[in-house]
Amino acid sequence: MQHVSPIREPLVTGGKTYHDITEDVCRQVEAKPNARWAAALAVALVGLAIFIYSVYRTLWYGIGEWGLNKTVGWAWDITNFVWWVGIGHAGTLISAILLLFRQKWRTSINRAAEAMTIFAVICAAMFPVLHMGRPWLAYWVLPLPNTFGSLWVNFNSPLLWDVFAISTYFSVSLVFWYIGLIPDFATIRDRATGPIARRAYAFLSFGWTGSAKAWSRYETVSLILAGLATPLVLSVHTIVSMDFATSVIPGWHTTIFPPYFVAGAIFSGFAMVLTLMIITRKVFFLENYITLEHVESMNKVIILTGSIVGIAYTTEFFIAWYSGVEYEQYAFINRAFGPYWWAYWSMMTCNVITPQLFWFRKIRRSLTATFIISIFVNIGMWFERFVIIVTSLHRDFLPSSWAMFSPTIIDIGVYVGTIGLFFTLFLLFAKFFPVVNMAEVKAILKSSSEVKHHHGAAATMHATDKDLNSNTHRNE
Amino acid sequence: MNKKFVLGIYDDEDVLLTAIENIRAAGTKIYDVFSPYPVHGIDDVLGIKRSRLPIVAFFGGLFGMSFALWMQIWMMGFDWPMIIGGKPHIALPSFIPVTFELTVLVSAFSMVITFFIVSKLKPSLKVNVFDKRSTDDKFVMAIEVKDGVTNMTALNDLLRSNGAIEVNEKEVVK
Repeated sequence: MQHVSPIREPLVTGGKTYHDITEDVCRQVEAKPNARWAAALAVALVGLAIFIYSVYRTLWYGIGEWGLNKTVGWAWDITNFVWWVGIGHAGTLISAILLLFRQKWRTSINRAAEAMTIFAVICAAMFPVLHMGRPWLAYWVLPLPNTFGSLWVNFNSPLLWDVFAISTYFSVSLVFWYIGLIPDFATIRDRATGPIARRAYAFLSFGWTGSAKAWSRYETVSLILAGLATPLVLSVHTIVSMDFATSVIPGWHTTIFPPYFVAGAIFSGFAMVLTLMIITRKVFFLENYITLEHVESMNKVIILTGSIVGIAYTTEFFIAWYSGVEYEQYAFINRAFGPYWWAYWSMMTCNVITPQLFWFRKIRRSLTATFIISIFVNIGMWFERFVIIVTSLHRDFLPSSWAMFSPTIIDIGVYVGTIGLFFTLFLLFAKFFPVVNMAEVKAILKSSSEVKHHHGAAATMHATDKDLNSNTHRNE
Repeated sequence: MNKKFVLGIYDDEDVLLTAIENIRAAGTKIYDVFSPYPVHGIDDVLGIKRSRLPIVAFFGGLFGMSFALWMQIWMMGFDWPMIIGGKPHIALPSFIPVTFELTVLVSAFSMVITFFIVSKLKPSLKVNVFDKRSTDDKFVMAIEVKDGVTNMTALNDLLRSNGAIEVNEKEVVK
């Protein structure tokens, strides 16, 4: 038995029992879709429609539909790619790193956060694939025999590392998420009344029975997957940052990028988790599972990573000056005071200043303030990628080729469209899948809930023979 | 062959753990215990050996790593050597990211697939749950009984005196 300090705040409030957890989480899955959910889905589907239209235009007319030019050959596409991948990182951090650190508060948010990871990576993957121009040849990024394409793929290229990193990250996250879902699908299956629901969840639950041996293996698999996913998640954004850092563009060619990108990824990911969870707990009445304690813990992670990001911005600036490299110095002066100054200062305000408000306990525990700041962080982190990418490219070594970038309506459409795609997937997940990991919350209930339950063994000790129920069931 | 089981239903993990210890000490063999969540400490009292899945993960990772290194060295160094960025054909530092990713990928998938196989988990419509409450809020201890051999009354007493809130019988048709 573990000792839990009495001054530690409970993770599950409201004096819940195991059965209450099942009821509270399954309610949403079993009930008919409510109007609020349907309205939200309708809005998300509009976004999805915008996405489909913009992708159609991009594919039919080509990359010329985007605002790219010869100088700025990478703009919103890679900005959005890095932004989405970064958002995904919080899910893995919560489910893997917090599992290794034995942080129990992860249990009620890990399911939704991991779902967010998977959907964010799907959105991210859209951008490099679309930017290929001929996405039907996307399989050329795989190491295929040279009679098939042209030569082998180049294993010295960070873009190829990205292919391996993102696909590994996606598949391992998906498997990790699904293994966690299996016992919960079994719970829904065993409660299902309709034949379709029963069959669907029976299929999804892989025949899970919850036997002791299976649970023992489940725990081993979760632990090892967490151990594998931890360096994996750090490697993914490291490799994403190498897309820039291994080039010789002033403003990109810096060794600080990997840790700075990873911190930024976790920072933006937690902001997105907060944005989603503050709405989810309200809409699905999960206030007893996703408590202010959870919100506060996440806000603490935001202060930490936000401060790391702030230090990284400052260090970059200092090193640009200290390096004595003219081009590097110009890239940074241009970033802060050039034509894109507004993007730079939006980034600084949203990422460095706003999260510092979380030093105040009142703000950390205020849902409204947290929600607003989380949106600010999401915006700030988008600007960070935009600033790094566009300001470093738009004024290169030759002043005659200097240019500005302005997005076309299709650029905006693809970006807004992926947000629609993301929310469509998330809303479908929230309706048909258990949004809180029931099994793991039940496992911490006895040690970390508000009211301790001691079902007495004494009361049943003296029961007699007549209680022997012989309701013999027959399985098929 | 029909198999008959007696199911002891518990509603508290600590009571369950003590019960398992006592029942096994009394010489009764427990077929299996079903619980809605992983009960910590149940492995020790049930005598479940530590899973060997980490070993599968290790060798999977080792294979993934060797395969990735072999693939890159062969493709870049022997099958079609090219000079890229003035680097040697076999530029090992450049190969580390892909090697790492494939190590993780093969390690994770070999372990997970093995887990599914050994735990007999697969998409199927057939469900063999002894008591549906075991995925909700009850802990179910299943003990196999043999007609004419097992003393049902004694077994019932044993389960109840160890805190079972209910004792049921169940027949499974294979």
